[in-house]
Amino acid sequence: MSSKSTEDYLKAIQTLYRNGKLVSTTEIAEHFKIAPASVTEMLKKLAKKGYVKYSPYRGVHLTNKGIQVAEKVTRKHRLLERFLYDVLRIGKDKVHLQACEMEHALSDEAEESLCRFLNHPDKCPDDEKIIPACSLPFSSCEECVEMHRKGLEEVGKRGQNLVSIYSLKEGDQGNVSFIRGEHKVLQRLLDMGLTPGTNVNIMRVAPLKGPIEVGVRGAKVALGQDIASNVFVNCPQKHKQSR
Amino acid sequence: MTPMARHSTKSTNKTVQNSRDPALSRNLTIALAGNANVGKSVVFNHLTGSSQIIGNWPGKTVERAQGMLNFEGRKIVVVDLPGIYSFSTFSMEEIVSREYIAFEHPDAVINVLDASVLERNLFFTIQLIEMEVPLVVCLNQVDVAKQKGITVDVKKLEQALGVPVVSTVAIRGEGIYELTKTAVKVAENKSQNERPCLKYGIEVEERIEKLAQAIKSENVASGYPPRWIAIKLLENDPEIKKSMSSKSEKIVRESEVLAEEISRMHKEQCFAVIASERYALANGIAADVQKQTITKTTLSERLDWIATHRVFGYVTSTGVIVGLLLWTFTIGGLLSSLLSNALSFLQPVNPAFNGSLVGILWNGIFGGLVAGITLVIPYVVPFYLMLAMIEDSGILTRVAFMMDSAMHKIGLHGKALIPLILGYGCNVPAIRACRIMETKRERLLAAFAITFAPCAARTILILGLVAAFVGAGWALALYAIDIAIIFVLGRIALKIIPGQSTGLIMEMHSFKIPSFSVITKQTWARTKSLIYIVFPTYIAGSVLVQILYAVGVLKPMSDALSPLTVTWLGLPAITGILLILGVVRKEFILLASVAVFGSTNLALFLTPVQLITLALVGILYIPCLSTIAVLAKEFGWRTAAAISAANFATALIVGGITFRLLSLVL
Repeated sequence: MSSKSTEDYLKAIQTLYRNGKLVSTTEIAEHFKIAPASVTEMLKKLAKKGYVKYSPYRGVHLTNKGIQVAEKVTRKHRLLERFLYDVLRIGKDKVHLQACEMEHALSDEAEESLCRFLNHPDKCPDDEKIIPACSLPFSSCEECVEMHRKGLEEVGKRGQNLVSIYSLKEGDQGNVSFIRGEHKVLQRLLDMGLTPGTNVNIMRVAPLKGPIEVGVRGAKVALGQDIASNVFVNCPQKHKQSR
Repeated sequence: MTPMARHSTKSTNKTVQNSRDPALSRNLTIALAGNANVGKSVVFNHLTGSSQIIGNWPGKTVERAQGMLNFEGRKIVVVDLPGIYSFSTFSMEEIVSREYIAFEHPDAVINVLDASVLERNLFFTIQLIEMEVPLVVCLNQVDVAKQKGITVDVKKLEQALGVPVVSTVAIRGEGIYELTKTAVKVAENKSQNERPCLKYGIEVEERIEKLAQAIKSENVASGYPPRWIAIKLLENDPEIKKSMSSKSEKIVRESEVLAEEISRMHKEQCFAVIASERYALANGIAADVQKQTITKTTLSERLDWIATHRVFGYVTSTGVIVGLLLWTFTIGGLLSSLLSNALSFLQPVNPAFNGSLVGILWNGIFGGLVAGITLVIPYVVPFYLMLAMIEDSGILTRVAFMMDSAMHKIGLHGKALIPLILGYGCNVPAIRACRIMETKRERLLAAFAITFAPCAARTILILGLVAAFVGAGWALALYAIDIAIIFVLGRIALKIIPGQSTGLIMEMHSFKIPSFSVITKQTWARTKSLIYIVFPTYIAGSVLVQILYAVGVLKPMSDALSPLTVTWLGLPAITGILLILGVVRKEFILLASVAVFGSTNLALFLTPVQLITLALVGILYIPCLSTIAVLAKEFGWRTAAAISAANFATALIVGGITFRLLSLVL
């Protein structure tokens, strides 16, 4: 995992990176007020771990992996600034330094909760910079808040071309991608064989918002509307048709 | 059958078995476990010769049943556990089964599998193996599997699982002898039970072993095998976590760290990773041992097509719901009048009676007996016959499927319809069957609705008071009102009762042709248990009426109730006493009115409006004593009292309004 100095470096490189120009060792050394030699040392380490692309004498830029870490830290930093300023009423001039210290200790879980607690703010207080979006698989902040209010959980992975099995027709097939619901319901569905990656076929759809009957692992299982609409599948056939 | 297929599969196997010596003198205990509706109860009945109720719907065995088997000179206790899919979620059945297996240490567990849904069934078998119990696999319903074109290689399955496998067709008794023999053998040498360790993926397996080692060294396993506890902790099982945290916080913390590692590696919650990998194991085994050939559509599938069709499905569902009532209504009425004609010479009930104590008793006993034979038996037997047929066929799950959206209106899902239909017969078993519902709130809502369901006793009231003296149309109207009341009160209860509802998750099993012997056995078992309750209460109740009459306390008691009965409901004062007696059993209202008025022709004493009002109030005003008792047992006395109060209030409101409205019409 990324340590404090790694995170600080990645953040610094991201800040100093402008218009596609590589960030030079000197720039970074000035930023941290340290000797260029130790910067070179660190950059080599970061390059080895795949966070940056380092070309000697020319400079560095962040890889995708590096950008992710940097964004995450920046997000934590700015959320913390908001928290310090809005809730703890600490002066605008002081929040930055304080947040710099705290950002590395904040777990991802705490970050998510903090975001919801602060009503998913979009700007930090001191210099009005945009808070980077979270990496959670929600289509909107409201969806995130809603899910937590209801105590829902999810299993599986969100991806492209997902459809709820409730929107499928009789005879359609799909591959379970992700399921959302209360813990108990999720566990039941997994126990019945609806694990991510499983093939399901729609046998019957009852009218009047009734349940659907799906074939899974050789068994037939009826799922009510509210449960079925939270089971999402990758449905290539369906996708082709809609094009 | 090879005894205890020993294994060469490479495994870091440990023989963790409880080291109780199989003393030959001791009774053996064999438990039946497996998914819902795979035929455990059928096997159980074959083994013990008893008649545990069988139904082709999941969840009818809510409590474990016990029976005795004499096998080649050995006495064996056989235990039928409720059907479950997993040991992981926290439904009542799962906890019952898991604690039974862990703490009662049955000498052998027979895991009944449905051969036609092998993969899903093996998911549970793997968990039983993880529990390290002496196991025999009973591969049941191989005939159904064959119809679906599935054949299973028993030897291969034995090898893969490392436990003996016996294939059976339990419904015809095929393979039961061999199953018993194998189970006894396993039960007797359970210490040498050694089997290949079914392993998860490397990342998961390493952590399971690490945690299991820690549990072993801390010595906090508490009856369960350490490896099983480790898996459950990683799955974040709330029950196991709670009991472990009181013993060792360290273990629980470690499990959380390990689970976090797994979920980070798989980018997935740990419990889902474990379920997926366990299914991967099951899938691997199933793919290895079964052959699937393509077959033509089976009869079951064609019936299924009709029963879940968007139009025909409603027709069949309504047919089942209404048909069962109408069948009971007509056949019951017919039989009842035949029987009472036949027994008319036996009706010496004369309430204006001042004879000796012996005379009073004799009169009471006689009256009670006759009432039981003419009022209860004719309705209950045809009902139970038809119910057994419906249950055994598998149509109930289809009705639940079709009616799911309607049931949502009262906060329940389709499955709740199954106990509700059982409630047509008697509310007591129906309320027990509410355990098939997932949350407490749903159980409560369903039970509340059932206390209004037109049970046999209510049917008798409606027939005896209204159909007989006012008209069959009015009797049907009362049924309609009753169902409307269930709906309206269900909606009100939904608003009042806090808590969550889950949606419908229900397995749809194949249709079966109901077996004649199952149906008759079942009907007899149910009728018998009813007779044991009904006849003594009838006789006692009937004697009580006679005594009360003789002592002369009937009038003061009914006078005290007259503000309600006379002023509000427009009934004669004497009906107060009927309603008091009806608390014990609803049929008493009819029975006692014959006694109180001194004639079987009630139309001489009550106007049509009064008859209808009395029947309506009678069916609604309180659940009978047995129902209140079962409510208290399932939900506590306060809830039972609250439900009874709600029933009483409903009866007064509906009764008062009906009386006033009907007085304008009739």
